[in-house]
Amino acid sequence: MTVTKVVLAKLSPTMEEGTIVKWTKNEGDQIKQGDVLAEIETDKANMEMEALGSGVLRKILIPAGGKAPIGALIGVIAEPGEDIEPMIAKEAGKAAAASAPPPAASPAAPPPAGGATGESDAAATQTATPRPAPPAPAPSPVAAGAQAADNAAPGDQAASVASAARTAPVPSAPAPAPAEGASSHPTAGSYEVGRVKASPLARSMAADRNIDLAAVAGTGPGGRIIKRDIESWSGPRAASAAAAAPQQGGAASALRPASVPASRPAPVAPSIKPGTELPLSNMRKTIAKRLAESKFTAPHYYVTVEIDMDAAVALREQIQRLEEAKVSYNDLVVKACARALTRFPMVNASWGGDKIVTHAEVNIGIAVALPEGLITPVVRDADGKGILHIAAEVRDLAGRARDKKLKPEEFSGSTFTISNLGMYDVTEFTAIINPPDSAILAVGAVRRVPVVDGDAIRPGHRMKVTMSSDHRVIDGALAAQFLAEVRRLLENPLGLLL
Amino acid sequence: MALLTMREALNQALKEEMSRDPTVFILGEEVGAYQGAYKVTQGLVAQFGEWRVRDTPIAEEAIAGIAVGAAFTGLRPIAEMMTFNFSLLALDIIVNHAAKYRYMSGGQIRCPMVMRGPSGAATQVAAQHSQAFESWYAYVPGLVVVMPSTPRDAKGLLKSAIRDDNPVIFMENEILYNLKGEVPEEEFHIPLGLGDIKREGKDVTIVAWSRSVITSLAAAKTLAEQGIEAEVVDPRTLRPLDEDIIFESVRKTGRCVVVEEGWRYAGFGGEIADRVQRECFDSLDAPIVRVTSADVPMPYAKTLEKAYLPQPEKIVEAAHQVLYR
Repeated sequence: MTVTKVVLAKLSPTMEEGTIVKWTKNEGDQIKQGDVLAEIETDKANMEMEALGSGVLRKILIPAGGKAPIGALIGVIAEPGEDIEPMIAKEAGKAAAASAPPPAASPAAPPPAGGATGESDAAATQTATPRPAPPAPAPSPVAAGAQAADNAAPGDQAASVASAARTAPVPSAPAPAPAEGASSHPTAGSYEVGRVKASPLARSMAADRNIDLAAVAGTGPGGRIIKRDIESWSGPRAASAAAAAPQQGGAASALRPASVPASRPAPVAPSIKPGTELPLSNMRKTIAKRLAESKFTAPHYYVTVEIDMDAAVALREQIQRLEEAKVSYNDLVVKACARALTRFPMVNASWGGDKIVTHAEVNIGIAVALPEGLITPVVRDADGKGILHIAAEVRDLAGRARDKKLKPEEFSGSTFTISNLGMYDVTEFTAIINPPDSAILAVGAVRRVPVVDGDAIRPGHRMKVTMSSDHRVIDGALAAQFLAEVRRLLENPLGLLL
Repeated sequence: MALLTMREALNQALKEEMSRDPTVFILGEEVGAYQGAYKVTQGLVAQFGEWRVRDTPIAEEAIAGIAVGAAFTGLRPIAEMMTFNFSLLALDIIVNHAAKYRYMSGGQIRCPMVMRGPSGAATQVAAQHSQAFESWYAYVPGLVVVMPSTPRDAKGLLKSAIRDDNPVIFMENEILYNLKGEVPEEEFHIPLGLGDIKREGKDVTIVAWSRSVITSLAAAKTLAEQGIEAEVVDPRTLRPLDEDIIFESVRKTGRCVVVEEGWRYAGFGGEIADRVQRECFDSLDAPIVRVTSADVPMPYAKTLEKAYLPQPEKIVEAAHQVLYR
């Protein structure tokens, strides 16, 4: 029998769940392996998901608009006549079992889930690829608990499936139909990136307290979530308490002292009128998680230098005149940083817990603002590219970033990042390091300012840049030397064209 | 309670058991006329005579062979190894005979013997005389392996070992012979296979045996000054192992450091780490950390000897590691 589970694929390195934007095939459609089945919104972009097997798309479990964690069963492809009902029922049963209230989900209760999935995997021929332990983005504490307790990888899948079903109800009457496989193609090893790392104790504590591990920032090695992170975690709980208060007896009366118990609870809550609650987009969640993790684990410090941009301004005008090409100051900064990074390999490095890893490529990430957040497309091997090449590539990447059309490899793999707020006439600012980089350069506007030139004051162009560095990798003196090199290159910009 | 050295406590155990049971006898190198290389058998030859406290040639295989044969025929021999470094010569007798006959004879033949002596490093006796072999013996089904860390435990456990019907490998420690501690004056025994909490604490579990218990207690003192309460768990018997006392502690603290004087590679601490990770998985907040001797032969130089062995500072560091401090 050929049954292919359609499982939500990991389509970006940091993706933990996805929204099904639309199904490009309908139930009953004949599917060939490689056909595009659906368009999925990840935390970064909209991606197409291909079928991993052929047959008929027998069942769509999560309709367009629904959300699911990666690894979740979202559809079934099988041959006509193949009985897929038991499989779907099993998944639904598992979902129900897993979504039972926490007591039942004691983290100690282990193997059944794993065992069961093992069987169903055997029945379904080409379930995706032999995937390694999936994300455990801990969509629910229950799932996290199940995973912690189980030592077999399949258990994880059961967990993901379970929570998927909770997010979007499984249609109860699975039509028997032949089908077979579609699914997802995770790049080998890519799961590791999105997996929530937590100590077993932290997992069971989170399960007990109903805390979503994905929302907790880990302070252990490599961002591992440990006991103290759970203990100190107050996030949503505080928020919901505040939100809950006004509901008791209506918003208006809740503000009145009369309805407040004598003990006088949190004085803060009544003083803020609740506005609207905005659900988090996938991108927002990723920003929150990754940047909090960066700021909480990497000891940041900041070094600012001011750069004389007179020559760069003149050069840029010349280039634009001669080449009729658009080159921005930022493109010059990208080029200068790339050049400087080749000379300071320790700045082009990552913290590895028990080691420091330098990178053989200089890949510059460029922060691009989007209406719903930001993304950092990457100019690869920037040191080997000419200034016009860089300018064109950055414009192309930024344009497609705004259209959400970037491929995962185009917004991952940076070794250094540049964030530029010059267009808002910002003088200077500090940025949060974009992991796994060890430094980020925050670039201000090129401004006309009075400059002391000998004994005279004259107008000149100046730009301030501030580098945030991870002190575990880059010491202050090194940051200063690196910035001196960036400044030297930008103040003598002809060299950047050579 | 009497304040005794471990040497005296062991001596008392031997005396009491020999007085109680005429089938108990001692054999080994220098155990009689010389009163024992480490004076554990002091005074015994005078009290019990040369027939029951027998000096032997320097021939460990023969000592063990005689002991095993005597045990098979119903005596309760106590074979002293001058140190366990030399017991390697007796390994075939212990592993292939002492440990096997009860099983292979369907229970018809028993081997109620004790092989005892100091194990582990002393001071500057170098590579061939500083070895901790408990992992070797604990590996063998059919043997009981005991490693006391206090005078009280030494006496109570040795008495139980002599009365046990299985071959017991009783490993003492030269550095601990002069360690003083309270020992009950009345008759008492400590059952084999029962661990003991040497210090209570709530923040981190340190599992250690023999001399490493003393090192761990020193580390716990330093940790306490830093506000960290370490619990020091002493299994006392490595085979059979009181794993429950370890699990209970780890479930309380969520963190586990295992200290041993042996080498890390295939060392007994790995056995404990294995059981803890499986049975206490959901309680662990950090990977289990082991503190062991260096994976090299023991150097002679004093400074290197210190660097080689587990030290309180290394245990403190390990505790910090599992506490993410």
